[in-house]
Amino acid sequence: MSLLSLQNVIKKFGGLTAVNDVSFTVDEQSVVGLIGPNGAGKTTVFNLITGNYAPLSGTVTFRGQVINGQKPYKIVQQGIARTFQNIRLFQQMSLLENVLAGRHCRMHAGLFASMFCLPWQQREEKSAVERAMQELAFVGLDAGYDNEAGNLSYGNQRLLEIARALATDPKLIILDEPAGGMNDQETAALTELIAAIQKRGITVLLIEHDMNLVMNICQKLVVLEYGAKIAEGTPEEIKSNPKVIEAYLGTSDDE
Amino acid sequence: MEALKQTRHIGFWTGIVFFALMAVLAIALESSSGGNTWLRTLNNIGIFTALALSLNIILGQTGLFNMGHIAFFALGAYVTAVLNSVLGWPIIYTLPFAACITALFAFVVALPVIHLRGDYLLVVTIGISEILRIAFVNDIFGLTQGPNGITGIQRIELFGYRFMSQFAQFYLIWGFVAITACLFYFLEHSRFGRALNYIKYDEVAASGNGVNIVRYKLIAFALGAFWAGMVGTIYAPFIRTISPGLFEFKESVLLFAIVILAGGGNIVGIVLASFLLVGMRDVLTMFGDWSMLLFGLMMVVIMIIRPQGIMKPRRRQYNAGHLVGKFPSGIGKKAGLSAGNQAEVVE
Repeated sequence: MSLLSLQNVIKKFGGLTAVNDVSFTVDEQSVVGLIGPNGAGKTTVFNLITGNYAPLSGTVTFRGQVINGQKPYKIVQQGIARTFQNIRLFQQMSLLENVLAGRHCRMHAGLFASMFCLPWQQREEKSAVERAMQELAFVGLDAGYDNEAGNLSYGNQRLLEIARALATDPKLIILDEPAGGMNDQETAALTELIAAIQKRGITVLLIEHDMNLVMNICQKLVVLEYGAKIAEGTPEEIKSNPKVIEAYLGTSDDE
Repeated sequence: MEALKQTRHIGFWTGIVFFALMAVLAIALESSSGGNTWLRTLNNIGIFTALALSLNIILGQTGLFNMGHIAFFALGAYVTAVLNSVLGWPIIYTLPFAACITALFAFVVALPVIHLRGDYLLVVTIGISEILRIAFVNDIFGLTQGPNGITGIQRIELFGYRFMSQFAQFYLIWGFVAITACLFYFLEHSRFGRALNYIKYDEVAASGNGVNIVRYKLIAFALGAFWAGMVGTIYAPFIRTISPGLFEFKESVLLFAIVILAGGGNIVGIVLASFLLVGMRDVLTMFGDWSMLLFGLMMVVIMIIRPQGIMKPRRRQYNAGHLVGKFPSGIGKKAGLSAGNQAEVVE
């Protein structure tokens, strides 16, 4: 059974249909790419999955449960973590604290336990720091754990967002243009990282414009144009799909 | 204590030294002539420090613009005064009631407006505090005795000891400040405190990481009010007569200024800013009509010299150095990206 499935999802903003009757599934432990020209509604689809938007109609099913209409914080708890297209780190906080944000939904200490430093709260805090350091090491940023997140280079900020998402113990991680603003060398490292994430048993759904990256690591691609799905299949199938070629390159009038 | 081992608590030890010095200072003032006036000023500063610490949870940590904090303080003081003077309860028994009623009030009034951002929330909170003050002036439920206020509030009695003199009350007030600073310090260095900061910096990212925004904002509001209510309980027997005139809008502004001047929710900054602003206001009264002019002038000077606040917002320190390099990386042996493992400083 698929881990995540969207069925006939529609989202409108006023008169604009941003997502028009989109259905696709994401299999467990696969890497799925969502591609399409700018403004095709890819990020809107992500926001529908993570609860930032509620669909007008249709259902989003995760591990057999309908999750659409739930608040983002509830959806994270169920195992969907995300990164943002326009990086949303807590700029003034340290790298470690950014990753600790990801641990929030797996911790329990409340007001009282925190204020009085109860022993179990201290143990929880300690193991959270350890786990956060583990995720920082996973993306290769552990040595600078005490630095301010805002001082990181663009590429490293993207990695930090991935570490933060991984710290939530996700079953599915959603990456919105993870290679945006990265050079070739950085993108190569990212490719390696996504493979390593998959190896950990975490399913990956990503939006990306870098076709090399997408064709290299995705087992399946979903193509959107003007909010509607125009193709779905393996990278090879997509490459030769005339509709996709038309969407990306346009058609000449002579044909 | 585990908490001290886990992180490098420099601020914590600074606090202990500070409060020890304060205790010695009080003894010195008590034995000198004219020291009583200074003790009174210090006690005033203490009350405002405790209040500013409670506002700090709401404004400094969570970034909610609460410009009506004095209302919570007023409510706490009035609950204590009514229970003491009408029903004859000893002050100390009124403490939990003042705190809980105030927290409940804050929760109820915050519930419909908590989603408001920035200055919108600021305007609403001003409104709430003014409505409450006017209700006190109008002798609401026949309990508050109008503009003249409630007189003859008893002193606090603890274990048979009555806190009468400024000297005795100094230890009561600053003891409360010390406990408050300590508890809020621990709170700041926890999952709860971090969640408040995540909300302050980016609500979308906070929510995307599992922080229930509305819940945390409401708890922050109720907690700040709970504490302000307790300060009210200490304040009522300190000045013995409370009237609506003590809880005017300008006091909220002063508290707001203290927290902003402190710089990003810094507890040490709050104490310093309270000394600076409240102390300055008390001392400047000797200039009579000129006092407010001088006060305003000093505020302008401070904002020119330190626009970012007295203290920098301190990043929490975590004792995680021993964990560096212990865990495997997902991108081979190479650490980080091309920029290297260290953060680049772009300034």
